[in-house]
Amino acid sequence: MIVLGLTEGGTLDQVLDWIVVISMVSGALLSVAAGIGLLRFPDLFSRMHAATKPQVLGLFLMLLSVALQIRAWSAVPILVLAWFFQLLTAPVTAHMVGRAGYRTRHLKQETLVLDDLNEVVSEAQRRLDEGR
Amino acid sequence: MSPHRHPRPARPSELLTGARSARARARRRRARFLIELPLMLWLVLVWGALWRDFSPGNLIFGFVIALGVVTTFKLPPVELSGRFNPWQGLVFTVLFLREIVRASIQVVLVVLRRGPKVRNAVIGIRMRSQEDLMATVLGHVLTLIPGSFVVEIDRTTSTLYLHVLDINTVQEAEDFRRQVRSIEARIIRMMGSREELAALDAEGPAGPDPAARANRSMKEHP
Amino acid sequence: MIIVAAWIAGVALALGAVMALIRLARGPSILDRTLALDVLLIIILCGLCVDMVVNRHLNHIVFIVVGSLVAFIGSVTIARYVTDRRGQ
Repeated sequence: MIVLGLTEGGTLDQVLDWIVVISMVSGALLSVAAGIGLLRFPDLFSRMHAATKPQVLGLFLMLLSVALQIRAWSAVPILVLAWFFQLLTAPVTAHMVGRAGYRTRHLKQETLVLDDLNEVVSEAQRRLDEGR
Repeated sequence: MSPHRHPRPARPSELLTGARSARARARRRRARFLIELPLMLWLVLVWGALWRDFSPGNLIFGFVIALGVVTTFKLPPVELSGRFNPWQGLVFTVLFLREIVRASIQVVLVVLRRGPKVRNAVIGIRMRSQEDLMATVLGHVLTLIPGSFVVEIDRTTSTLYLHVLDINTVQEAEDFRRQVRSIEARIIRMMGSREELAALDAEGPAGPDPAARANRSMKEHP
Repeated sequence: MIIVAAWIAGVALALGAVMALIRLARGPSILDRTLALDVLLIIILCGLCVDMVVNRHLNHIVFIVVGSLVAFIGSVTIARYVTDRRGQ
């Protein structure tokens, strides 16, 4: 096991300890922010933003604090992998849930200032109705 | 190898040019292997990371398993553009990490300040590229970086429809469009094909000519 | 110091989990509930991370990899069913 610290209890160790503490606490606070967002936002779509973005950074900070606490290079690839998988899958969730939400009219139009997709959809609907 | 021994009934053209078609098959197999090589390298890396052991023996065993996985569970091969700029990749990674932090903080601020009164927008954005891989990468990046996610994607016109958090005016929507276009340009510089890169260099600072874009989509989707 | 930080982080994670549970109970639609479950799962993963930091081990790392990899399957499945039902 390769140890990053210069000496046991040295300055670098102390700095790393502080980074561990700070990143762990701020990662947890981001989870709180996601929770507040889930409660406070008016519709499904805004909540989706609250659910994805702070959580991605939150898990990153948590994994960072794990890596800095373990201080072994062999642990780094698997932690990177864990975060990478989250980067790959979180947008998929957001897209699928968002698409289902839009198609089932969960989107509240009064929360929008602009809706490009609505024009396209209603245009397609109009053409479909004319064809009948 | 004689074509008659092949289990599939041979077509007449194959009977005439048996040797040549066997060579073509071998070439196709090799091309397929080359296309799947990045996937297998990735699988080997995952194997090493999961075992937390990058010794040669473990990696070779991982390669054997990757070979088994790739041949057993066949997927439609993902066509990479064949170009990757490592320097631009590094720049993009650093930028991406910085922007993830900024986007998260922005969402947190919107949660705390605006809360129930937040106003959003669904914005349609024409992509430069028609490639599926490009659309996937761009969709992922746009979900993670600025305050947006992909609601719907229209492949015939290669348009992304994004739901964007905290957009109050049309001007802000325009700013967002510009931001997306610059992110797309960065991704093309990192891993776009040569044609996309050339098109990007040709368009200049003003962005692509709308007429040219309309022409292109008319041609490809009559 | 690390113990104090772990308590703060634990309380914060618990708060987030409670808020996600409230959203899970209130709905109103199944998609909202799915979203809340997703958040809950990530909070649990973060809790495992806190445990690994405090006790200096890597035993839970596999759960975190698997969790972040398969978390989306449930949401995608539900989203697909929601979309399909409307067509009938």
